[in-house]
This record gives sequence, structure tokens and C-alpha cells, in this order.
Amino acid sequence: MPFSGSDGVWNTCSDGECKNFRIVHFIVPRERDCHDIYNSLLQLSKQAKYEDLYAFSYNPKQNDSERLRGWQLVDLAEEYKRMGLPNSNWQLSDANRDYKICETYPRELYVPRIASKPIIVGSSKFRSKGRFPVLSYYHQNKEAAICRCSQPLSGFSARCLEDEHLLQAISKANPANRYMYVMDTRPRHRMQSWWATQKDIGRIIVRISSKIWNDKKIRESDGKKRLNAMANRAAGKGYENEDNYSNIRFQFVGIENIHVMRSSLQKLLEVNGTKGLSVSDFYSGLENAGWLRHIKAVTDAAIFLAKAIMVENASVLVHCSDGWDRTSQVCSLGSLLLDPYYRTIRGFMVLIEKDWISFGHKYSDRCGHLDGDPKEVSPVFTQFLECVWHLTEQFPQAFEFNEAFLLQIHEHIHSCQFGNFIGNCQKEREELKLKEKTYSLWPFLLHDQKKYFNPLYSSTSQKLAVLEPNTVSFNFKFWRNMYHQFDRTLHPRQSVFNIIMNMNEQNKQLQKDVKDLESQIKQHKNKQTDGVLTKELLKSVRPESPALKTSLCLKEQTLLPVKDALRTVEGSSPADNRYSEYADEFSKAEPAVVSSEYGVARMTC
Amino acid sequence: MEFSELIRTGQAQAELLRGPEMPPLRGTLCVTGHHLLLSPGPQATPDLWLLLLRSVDSIEKRVAGDAGTITLRCKDLRVLQLDIEGVEATLDIARSIEALSSLESVITSFPFFYRPKGLRLGESWHFHPPERYYKRVARETRAWRLSEANEDFSLCPSYPRAVIVPRAVDDDALARSARFRQGGRFPVLSYYHAPSGTVLLRSSQPLTGPQKRRCTEDEELLQAVLAGARPGARGFIVDTRSAQAAKQARMTGGGTEAKSAYPGWKRLHRPLERGRPLQESFVHLVEACGDLEQSMDRWLSRLDGCRWLSHVKEALSTACLAAQGMEWEGACILVHGAEGTDSTLLVTSLAQLILDPLSRTMAGFQELIEREWIQAGHPFQLRCAHSAFSHTRPKHEAPIFLLFLDCVWQLGRQFPLSLEFGEGMLLALFDHSYASPFGTFLCNSEKERCLCEVRTRTHSLWSGLNQPKEQRKLRNPLYAPNPLAIWPSVEPQSLRLWQGLFLRWTHPPEPSEVAWEKVWQIATDQEKTEGSQPTDSASEPQP
Repeated sequence: MPFSGSDGVWNTCSDGECKNFRIVHFIVPRERDCHDIYNSLLQLSKQAKYEDLYAFSYNPKQNDSERLRGWQLVDLAEEYKRMGLPNSNWQLSDANRDYKICETYPRELYVPRIASKPIIVGSSKFRSKGRFPVLSYYHQNKEAAICRCSQPLSGFSARCLEDEHLLQAISKANPANRYMYVMDTRPRHRMQSWWATQKDIGRIIVRISSKIWNDKKIRESDGKKRLNAMANRAAGKGYENEDNYSNIRFQFVGIENIHVMRSSLQKLLEVNGTKGLSVSDFYSGLENAGWLRHIKAVTDAAIFLAKAIMVENASVLVHCSDGWDRTSQVCSLGSLLLDPYYRTIRGFMVLIEKDWISFGHKYSDRCGHLDGDPKEVSPVFTQFLECVWHLTEQFPQAFEFNEAFLLQIHEHIHSCQFGNFIGNCQKEREELKLKEKTYSLWPFLLHDQKKYFNPLYSSTSQKLAVLEPNTVSFNFKFWRNMYHQFDRTLHPRQSVFNIIMNMNEQNKQLQKDVKDLESQIKQHKNKQTDGVLTKELLKSVRPESPALKTSLCLKEQTLLPVKDALRTVEGSSPADNRYSEYADEFSKAEPAVVSSEYGVARMTC
Repeated sequence: MEFSELIRTGQAQAELLRGPEMPPLRGTLCVTGHHLLLSPGPQATPDLWLLLLRSVDSIEKRVAGDAGTITLRCKDLRVLQLDIEGVEATLDIARSIEALSSLESVITSFPFFYRPKGLRLGESWHFHPPERYYKRVARETRAWRLSEANEDFSLCPSYPRAVIVPRAVDDDALARSARFRQGGRFPVLSYYHAPSGTVLLRSSQPLTGPQKRRCTEDEELLQAVLAGARPGARGFIVDTRSAQAAKQARMTGGGTEAKSAYPGWKRLHRPLERGRPLQESFVHLVEACGDLEQSMDRWLSRLDGCRWLSHVKEALSTACLAAQGMEWEGACILVHGAEGTDSTLLVTSLAQLILDPLSRTMAGFQELIEREWIQAGHPFQLRCAHSAFSHTRPKHEAPIFLLFLDCVWQLGRQFPLSLEFGEGMLLALFDHSYASPFGTFLCNSEKERCLCEVRTRTHSLWSGLNQPKEQRKLRNPLYAPNPLAIWPSVEPQSLRLWQGLFLRWTHPPEPSEVAWEKVWQIATDQEKTEGSQPTDSASEPQP
């Protein structure tokens, strides 16, 4: 297990709690050894510099050209070409070629053809961290685009003509629709509470905004939203002034910030870690944690985005504060709904590479790869994976990959075994020379892709071209296989996916056999050989297949392909089940029937 | 009595709305003795839409202008809306439905008139569960016998004619023991666990009363059970009430077995919810499931508040306890609550599913339900008189059987390959237990069924379900026999709301149905290709 995966270590009995939600107990006979191990673990799990991470010493015995090919597997230039770019409205901008305009953006960015370099530079000065509006996804049929940026630094009354120009350019780049949407993914009530503390400014805002209210017809947004936007503008950061941007519709969707998400997940894990948890505690815990509510909010935002493009043909600009957390979630999830390509194994890799890695989601900070500010850690990407999982649950046939694929990716954003997720932006990654010193995860996943195939995937279904998920509350469930991935006692004892996969494989094999046999029969017929020979031949090629089916289903199946699984026959021990506490009543007469250590995940590798 | 007296109006023009995903139907609405019919006009599809009036749980009418609306809430949790032309017609139809759906007489109910094509009346009741089961037990052990002491239902009105009892106990002793148990339900064999040679028994509470009465025959009966199992075997009495509730029952004549009177037996209390609280839990859950607009937090707090999943957890873990006692402790288990017709049966039948691979097959499961629920005297007619939408105050209604089906569903979710039947079977059982054209779930006991001549005058549900055309809906395509016990996880994280039932109509899971169809296709493809090889080789030898 790579050390960088460890989240917290306690001295009590040398328990380790890992970021992949695995809890490991080491039982060390001597107390001094225990302390030593504890201290080493503590140090090793919090590296001070990148070069100490596992990826820099991991060596899968590949030569340099293989390594390079691995890194070239996901090629974003290729991806933009697939979207149909550049075209008459969009072009590749070289403005950020040397990371001069925005350090956290990639070198290659697509912008509207009519947006000149001065406009881009001007707009970037107006946007937080220089993250000006750029293209994230282009919908070829609708000629509409998903764009992303960070919040404007508009100040109380400031405006930026270049920024307004750039937005107009984005709007004009879509010939099908006159207006575009600007989606602010931040929740309203946060701004309200802030506003409440700033009463003086608040009063002014009320006056101004009521003036606007009277002056101009309110389009989509209600007055409250407008007030909040004004409130934030007063802080020097915030929202675009609607009056300065014509043909733009503003939409607010409430996704909470990274701190809320972090504590939400912590609460969730606390609830689940409780031994002897009652159903009631579990559901009130789920409710208090609010985790599922956040998942729903992210999904709802993505649905709004997808609908704006599909139904209204409108381009959408998405931003949050810095434009690398919630913005990444919404843009990538929206693209996933719109484009079936991203629902394939390879396409999903491209999507992560594009919307997350290249646009500067701060993996190292958010996953706490190094010993850094704990306030920067937040499960933003985990949340994205969970949203995708919910979609796979609702549309079992729409995804080429299965749950194990998502879990494996989650494993590796924390493991630091591969270079993909190290660092916070492309510039940093280049400085670290990751492509020369570490390996890319994607070829390894592709190599094992058999494990990650969804046997029910139907690539041709027209109905599943654009997904329209239903976000009624019932549809959001606790993702047991993520948060109890290593707790074998809680898993379904038999995996449907595996068995269907095997059936599928066997079907293919059998059909091939049938074909072979038929062609052999034909040959023999042509040769006019006698029937006896044919019969013998047939017998000799008959494969020995179906035994597999029964033998497999008796095994317990873990979702993650573990190298050497400690597999037992299902239900072989009631100690594996947590109701064994009841058995205490039996064992008063006959002790030591049931181990008291139920519910403790054992290490299997 | 004539149905025609209750039918106020023959027919009316109406439009039927069946939820968001289904197209509305227009046509002539017609009330008959047992059904509500909607016959679309000649231009539309020729299919008749048909609803068994018995499955109507509650009815609401509203009139506005010269049209009216009737909302029918069905026992299978469906909600239907009928828009009817004419105020008078609306009121008349509503009154007719109300009167006809609440008829209590068994012998005028639809099963007595239902004569489907392809089924013959005499052939349909092939089950003789106690007798058949006794044959299985007798193959393994000589310690038990089939007693016909209850031939005329005089010992216990809610038991079948034949029961399996220890060989060492004669019929007179049974009669005395029966007098010591509530409703005459003396301890009988429910399941013989061959691998460990232990048994699962069920009964009702002993009538110890405030004077702490005893009954020698009852004590001897339980002694004989231990003696018949293996030397030195211990026994556990699983009481499905809390210790306090069991103590309180003494005041009303009931109680529990005294420790000193039953050496070798130890009492365990596992309180399970029953009766009105369980019915209310069901009602609240269904209410919560009907609200599509609620926020995440509201939904989770309602799911928590209705406590349904807690009941599922308790039922499953009590069944696991009983099963574990037999399989791992080598102990005999006696399960009882108060009457021994509700939670007792829940525990014994679930324990068998966990331990016995045969009961997980299609035929075995049907036999289990016939033996452990229908013949064992679960009062279906009382318990399933109304479902979750009824406005009347529940008297005897309780969704114990539904709780059982939910637990089985949880087992099937955790062991998706080990049950031969699928979710469709469980849904069918739920629907039929509340309203059915078949006679299987009629009446409260075998005695009542004999009086009503259910066996000779109605069709059995099993013969209906076992027709080949029904199989694809009911079977689990992934089934592979599993000879081992299946121990479910009862942690809250492992239990899930049974969406297929509680959200069946509000929220049709279309994509997953298509996916399921694909699973079927893969499974049958495999059977086909596997099967086609030998025939290929057999048919091709001649040049």
C-alpha cells in the first residue's frame, strides 16, 4: 500500500484510516515497535515534497518509449479535433502558450475567433486568478459550447469592457441562439449570510437594485438573486453586472464550497464508522451529513447545463469562485450527459484529463498528497465520481465501464503511484518533469480494461445518446461499495456483474466454437468423408465450458480486482456478519464461538 | 345477494390516467360485480382495461361543472384517476365501487367465479405441505411423526389437519399441550436441519397466566424434542416480544415458559414490531414514496421516521439468530410470540430460506409459503383487508407478509445468484396476497378454507404462476444452485429500500427494465448455444 494514501494515524492501537476509506489495524506485539511503526507511518504518509511521492520511485519495468507512448495515450489536441474544432467560430489561442496569462490553465485554449488577444488579456485581468472564459466542450450539432472561467473581480461598480466583449463573442459564436447562459454554481444563502454582516453596504445595494428592478425588466432571475449578486459585487468579487452584459441570462445553482463538502464527508464517514449502527442512526446520519443533498445539487446543475444546450441551443458559461472545483464538476458532468463518447472507458479518461487535470483542478491540494494546509483538502473529485456512479445506477446500459473502474480511479488519485494526479496544474506538472519521471495511469487501466467492462453496455441505443436523469430524491443512495470498499462483511456476497461478464464471454466462445464446427463439417462434406469421422471430430473439439459458471458463484467476489484475494466460500462464517453480536447470548455457555472482532476490515494485500 | 343491487349505474364515458409514463385511455367505463372495465372506442386499441374491484383500497370523488373525477388508490400501491362525464354518473360509479370493493363475503368473491383458460379446477391444488414435508423429514430421522390429531380442527382451529410432532408424544398429550397454548397452537416442527440434526419449532405463547401455571405434557413435548435431536442437545426459545412485554402478557393469561419447568431450554427475547405500529410504518413509508417533490433531507428523515427498514433489519437479524443457533450451536429452536401466527412465521420462514437451499428454488419457495404461511394459519384475510391507502382505522391489518417479502428481496439483493425466483415473483405474491383472482390467499386458516370449499371451487395461485408464459417474469435468470447457507449482512448500509415495490408506480425504472431484459437475453443465449451443440453434432452425422 502506498503510504501517501493514508489519512490519519492514531496511536491507540495503531489503527490507520486511509483516504480510500479503508481502515487497517496492525497488531504489534511490542509497544516500542508499535510506537516506531506509528511514527514512521505518520511521517511517510505526509511527504514534504513531491519528489518523495511513490510515483517517482515506482518502476513498472517499461522503457522510455513505452512510457512516452503511455503519456500520449490521451491526447487533448485530438479530443478538440473530435469535437470539430477549430472551425469558423472557434480557434486555438496561443495567448497562454507560456502560461503568461493564466498559470493554472493549460497552454492550449480555444476561444471565439472574433476574440482578439487584447480582449483576452483584458478579460483575464478582470477574472480571479486570470482564469478568463474559455471553451470546455463544443457540441457540434447544436453549435453551442460549454465554457468555463472564474468569478469576475468586478468590485462595487467596476466593469470590464474586454470581459463583456469576450462574453459577447462567445454568445455570437453560437449562430443558433441569440442569448447565452452564465451559470454561477455557488449557493445563494452563502451570499445572504455574508450580506447580513455587511448591513451598510446591504442597504445601498437594496436601493440600487430596486432601481434596477424598476428600470429594467427582470428576465429569469428573481430579485433575491439579483441582490445577492450585488452583495458579492460590493465585496470586489462576485457576479457580472447583468446590465453590462446584454443577451445573457444568469442562472444560479447552489453547490456548496469545498469546506462544506469536506465536513459533510467527514460526518458521513463518522456515521458509517460506528459499530452496531442502527438503521435510524444511519438515516439521520445521512441526513445530517447532507452528502446526498450535495450530490443531487451537482447533478441538478449538470442537468440544467445539458438542457440549455439540447433544448435551447444556448451556449453556457460556467463559473464558481476560482473555477477549478465546482466548475470542473458541472462542466464534466454536463459533457458526460451530452456526449456518449465520454461514457466509454477511453472517453472517460479524456474527460478527466480535459476538465480536471488540464484545467487545473488542484489534485495535490484537494487530496492532500503533501503535508500542506488541511483546509485545502476536499472530496470534490470523489463527489464527481459519485455523481457518475449514480448515473450508472440510473442508466445501467449507458456506460461502457463499471463501478470497479470508478473505484480504481479513485484509488489512484490518492495512491500517487502514477503521475497523472500529482501537482495542481499543468505548469507545475511540467516543472516536475512528470512525463519523464513517472508513469501515466491510463495505459495501465486500458491494459486491464476487461475488468472494467460493463456487460450490459449498449453503445448503439439512440435513447441513451443524451441522458436525462431523474433527480427525484429516491434516486440518491448511499454508495456502499465506495465507502465500505474494503469491508467485506457489507458487500453483496455474489457479484452480478462478474457472472454476466462470464456468461457473455462464454457465449462468445461457444458461438465461435459453433462456427468452427460448422465450417469443419462443410469441409468434410466437400471431401466426401464418411460420417463416422465427422462425429469423432466433433467430439474432439467440444470445449469444456459450463463448469465455470457454478464454481464462480460460490466464491465471494470483491469488486476491486485484488491480486491474491483471501477468498472464502460465501457465508462460511457468521463472524463475517455483524449480527454476530447476538450470538453472544448463545456463547455464554460455550464461549469463543464467535470472534469479537467483527466488522473490522482485514488487509488482503 | 345480488351484485346488481350494488351497481348504481352500468356505464359512463371516462378517461383513465395511469401515471406520468403511460398514455391516458378513453372509452366506456363499466362496473360489473367484480371488475371495473374500460373499453376503448373502436378506433383505439381493442384491449380492455380491467381492474379487480377488490384491489381498490380507497376511493375519492370530486365533481366540478358537469364532469367528475374519481381517484382510486389500489392495494398494490397504484394510484389511478378516472375523469368521468356527468356528475350523476360519477357519484353513482363511485358509490358502486365503494360498495363492491368492501364486500366481506368470501364465497361471493371473484376467485369463486374465475375460470381461466388452460387451467382445470380439480388439478390445481396439488400441495399437501405437511404430508410432503414429513416425507422429507422421515428420510433423515425417525424421531418425528405425522399426527392427524387435528383432523377435525378441534385441537387448534388455525393449524392444518396434519402436523409433525415428536414421535415420543402421543395425541392425548398433544391435546393437553394445545390447551396450554394460546389458540391451541402447541409446538410443531417447522423445519428439520439435516446437516446438524437440529429442528426449528413454532407455537404460540404458553398460557402461564398470573398464577404461573404449568403443563407437564407441554414440558415433556419440548423435552422429547431435545432427546430426539442428539444427546446433550440444548434448546433456545426465541420469543419475538421484549422480556417486559412477555411478562406483561401474564396478566392477560399468557406469558412465557418458566426456566425451571423447561430444563435445557433457554429463552431469548427479540422484540419484533407487529400489529398497528407495523401497519402505520407501512402507511408512512408509502406516503413518503408518493411525494416526488420533496427535498433530499425531507426524504431521508421520512425514510428514517417510518422505521420500515429498522423492521426489516430486526426481522432479518432475528431469523439469522435462529438459523445460527441451529447451524453453529447445534441447538433446537422454538419460535413464538403471542398468537404465533405473525412474527413467528416471519422468523421461521426466513430462517429456512437462509439455511435450506431447497426453499430457495421456485418450487421450494412456493411450498415454503404454502406450508409456513397459508397452512400455518397466517390470517391473510384479516391482515391484508386493507393496504396503505385505507382511510378506515386499521383493526387487524398488518403487512407482516409484505415484511417477509421485503426481507426475501434483501436476501436476493445480497445473493443475486442464489434464489431461483426473481423480484417479479415477490411482487406477484404481494399483489395476490391483497387482491387476487386465485383462491390461495383467501380466508384466515385451513379450517375456514375447508368450510368455504376453497380447494374445490377456486384455482390455486401456484397453478396460475407455474404456467410457462409467466416464467420469464418470475424467474431469476442468473440462478445457480448454491448448497450453502446464505448469511445476509444486516448492517443499515447493506439494506436498501425496495424500490421495485414502493416506487413501482410513482417512478417507473424504465432503463433498468431494459437492462434486465438484456440480462435475460444473455442468460438465454447461453442456454441456447450450450444446448445447440449436441443437437448440431447429432443431426449432422450423415454426409
